[in-house]
Amino acid sequence: MPHAPKIAADRIEEAAHTVMAKAGIEIPDDYLHGIQAMASTESGDLSAFVLRAMLENWEAAKADRRPMCADTGVPRYYVKIGNEARIEGGPVELERRIRRATARATHDVPLRPNRVHPLSRRDNDNNVGINAPEIEYSFEPDADWIDVTTVHKGGLFGTDYRMLFPADGVDGIKRFYLDTLIAFGKRGLACQPAIVGIGLGGSKDTCMVLGKQAACLRVVGDRNPDPEIAALEDELKTLGNSIGMGAMGFVGSSMVVDCHIEVGYTHTGGMPMSVHCFCLSSRRATARLHPDGRIEYRTDPEWFTPYLRRDTVEWQSPAASSKKSA
Amino acid sequence: MAEPSGKLKEVRLTTPVRHEDLRRLELGDVVYLDGLIYTGRESVYKRVLQDGVAPPVDLKALTNVNFHCSPAASRNADGTFNVGAVTATASFRFSKWLPKWLEVSGAKVIVGKGGMSEQDYRDTFVPAGAVYLTTVGYGTGALLGRGIKRVRDAHWIDDLGIAQAMWVFEVEKFGPLLVESDLDGNSLFERNNRIVNQGLARLYEGLKPPSLARYGETDDRRDELIG
Ligand code: SF4
Repeated sequence: MPHAPKIAADRIEEAAHTVMAKAGIEIPDDYLHGIQAMASTESGDLSAFVLRAMLENWEAAKADRRPMCADTGVPRYYVKIGNEARIEGGPVELERRIRRATARATHDVPLRPNRVHPLSRRDNDNNVGINAPEIEYSFEPDADWIDVTTVHKGGLFGTDYRMLFPADGVDGIKRFYLDTLIAFGKRGLACQPAIVGIGLGGSKDTCMVLGKQAACLRVVGDRNPDPEIAALEDELKTLGNSIGMGAMGFVGSSMVVDCHIEVGYTHTGGMPMSVHCFCLSSRRATARLHPDGRIEYRTDPEWFTPYLRRDTVEWQSPAASSKKSA
Repeated sequence: MAEPSGKLKEVRLTTPVRHEDLRRLELGDVVYLDGLIYTGRESVYKRVLQDGVAPPVDLKALTNVNFHCSPAASRNADGTFNVGAVTATASFRFSKWLPKWLEVSGAKVIVGKGGMSEQDYRDTFVPAGAVYLTTVGYGTGALLGRGIKRVRDAHWIDDLGIAQAMWVFEVEKFGPLLVESDLDGNSLFERNNRIVNQGLARLYEGLKPPSLARYGETDDRRDELIG
């Protein structure tokens, strides 16, 4: 296969700048439709009022081209690189462009400069700093494009981690899930109804990463391809909406727009779990950059590909191969 | 709280808000503000109340509405400001400043996110004749941004930054806001919490107890994780 032309650094910066603005201003359709459906069934009058106000808010944001929420959250990027893609200037140039696009978009939209040094509280006024914005990578076989996704997730409430054990089973999962939603749902600290992402397994850090990606990089209505996990997603969604709490913690039923679970193989003695609430400003936008210069925009990051969720290895244990030949 | 039809009562208030208007507010009423409001949060409180610096304007003469907020704004080359969206920040963190602040500033309306505790209302708000209005969502930044007609001032922006400066906004139909506390110190959130709490036990029915205690969620250092 001949080398694909390099993807131009200028186009990367343009795409990153555009997705920053799109994420900040345009609520993704899948989430919008999820909230519309909830608004039509919510029986709590205050909770229903909040949902209607949000629907109006998103229209105002689009019409005025202003951010839907002034709290920018913590803007970050997910970059998926096709195995055949080549980048002008290489990965270092890609990161330089993404940082520059973040600062420019912060000024141009404008987005609130949210990122400060954790101790000195120094604010560069551009959402860029040490380890900010975070850029995570994944790869895709047989592809010559790169996907640049930005997510601006609300930062302070609605996320938690717990080490569970195999004996805790699904009961333990439900318990921790309820604990988190109830604690952060009161007074609406989680800005629910949310897309709730759950990370199961891995080690503590992977567990957090998987849960966050499950919340932020999968769309409302999407189900995990593993039927057992998909069933649990449905069950937990229903459970969350039966707490008796709606938007802003008011009496109601609108808590979970959807529930997504991602798993990683974990320590044989443990079952770590994380819960993440992607809030009423579920801001995500993706650009696909092709080698011929085209850029396509969408709101489904398509992050969890079969390749990313693979659980196989191209290797056979000696025991298995001897059995086969016997 | 709400009328049986499910429709909430809507109220327009003009700043400075008068005591008789506050008296008529009921929990869960939807409020829109017209007039002037200013932002003030930890850095403003600290500077005035702890460092003893006088407020940059005579707040009592200006308005009696304090908004716990940081706008999404940028400064244009000509020194004017471009305010896109505004969203409140969680107010409970400012609990310790408020008794003194209400006294010094004469604020009668606090607009913010998440409300305060009923204890704060009884101890601080009721004696000061003040109420708490909560923003909605809390992501209604674009709607609230629309309500801001002009930035009158951005005091202390050079040293406190965009997020912590004291912004003075001219507003029109600024909202929606919900009445979270009334002049008697009742809280809409706590009223809802009490109803929600009644149903919580049933959710956990039949779930087996956890293998490990919920560490990190107790203040008692003698507690063990196991058992
Ligand atoms: S959690 Fe989301 S909706 Fe709520 S204030 Fe933060 S960014 Fe806005």
